[in-house]
Amino acid sequence: MVDLAISVGTTQNPEAILFWVLAPLTVAAALGMLLVKKAVHSAILMASVMINLAIFYIAQDALFLGIVQIVVYTGAVMMLFLFILMLVGVDSSDSLTETITGLRPIAIVASVGFGGLLISLIGRATLGRSAVGLSEANMNGNVKGLASLLFSTYVWPFEVVSALLITAALGAMVLAHHQRIQTRPTQREMSTARFRGESLANAAGLPGPGVYARHNAVDVPALLPDGTPAANSINATLKARGDMLTSGSFELGKVDTSAEEEK
Amino acid sequence: MDAANYLYLSALLFTIGAVGVVVRRNAIVVFMCIELMLNAANLAFVTFSRINGDLNGQVVAFFTMVVAACEVVVGLAIIVTIYRSRRSASVDDASLLKR
Repeated sequence: MVDLAISVGTTQNPEAILFWVLAPLTVAAALGMLLVKKAVHSAILMASVMINLAIFYIAQDALFLGIVQIVVYTGAVMMLFLFILMLVGVDSSDSLTETITGLRPIAIVASVGFGGLLISLIGRATLGRSAVGLSEANMNGNVKGLASLLFSTYVWPFEVVSALLITAALGAMVLAHHQRIQTRPTQREMSTARFRGESLANAAGLPGPGVYARHNAVDVPALLPDGTPAANSINATLKARGDMLTSGSFELGKVDTSAEEEK
Repeated sequence: MDAANYLYLSALLFTIGAVGVVVRRNAIVVFMCIELMLNAANLAFVTFSRINGDLNGQVVAFFTMVVAACEVVVGLAIIVTIYRSRRSASVDDASLLKR
């Protein structure tokens, strides 16, 4: 097997230690991202992979890219991911059962084949010459070198990419724009509906949630004079999410008074 | 240390990301796996830039990052739109065209 025979720079050993400590961590985090059930945990593991990659970039004399990696990926992109996760619902954990039968074994076999192919290809490839290293290209500093390339050879792709960014921002705005089907009711209309409606039961506003001495009661319905729970004393969102408790366990006589003081 | 080790790492990460895209069903996790694949490609670009002593690879990696950022913005907007109408972020549920 022909090696690439790369030995660049004089800081070989510290970099080797860095690599052999961080590379297993990176692979473990990437694998964990696949295997954990909750999407939030996946996002955290993904962020750790990104930070490790940034360290690898910096170790490979790509200082600017390392900083950009941290700022753009772990900063902006992962924050966006977490934001959307919170918006869509943190509890929407993935059920790991497969819907297409036999998909998972096929995927694993195919990926092992693909990965083996890639790795053996890298192992057998030869450059035909020894590696150069970036000490000469980075003579005036990494940022200056990149800038002179970016604003001379790559100035046209640079402009195109800026157009792409603006298009993406516009596209996201169009996609996220929500058109109301009905017009929003004014305060006057809501007031009219309350008093001229079928019943005057809610004319003075909806009842507040039940107040219990031993529970923060926003999620527990209030009790009506006859002892039945008032369903409309609870926020509809709490009800829809299933975060609602029944008031039964707080009724007088049913409360377990022998309990210890709660922390 | 052999700089080709970075290429092996990059190949591994790319493969893991590819498996994730196929196996996972939460659209957001699928997206994160696509990001992982893009990052693996970036690592390969940076490593080849070092091997060749040429900054062109780093410029390409920079462009990849910009394109990935665009992709994330539009993709997450699509996920939010789908979630708003279907109350689900699973890629298997959005199969309306199939039926």
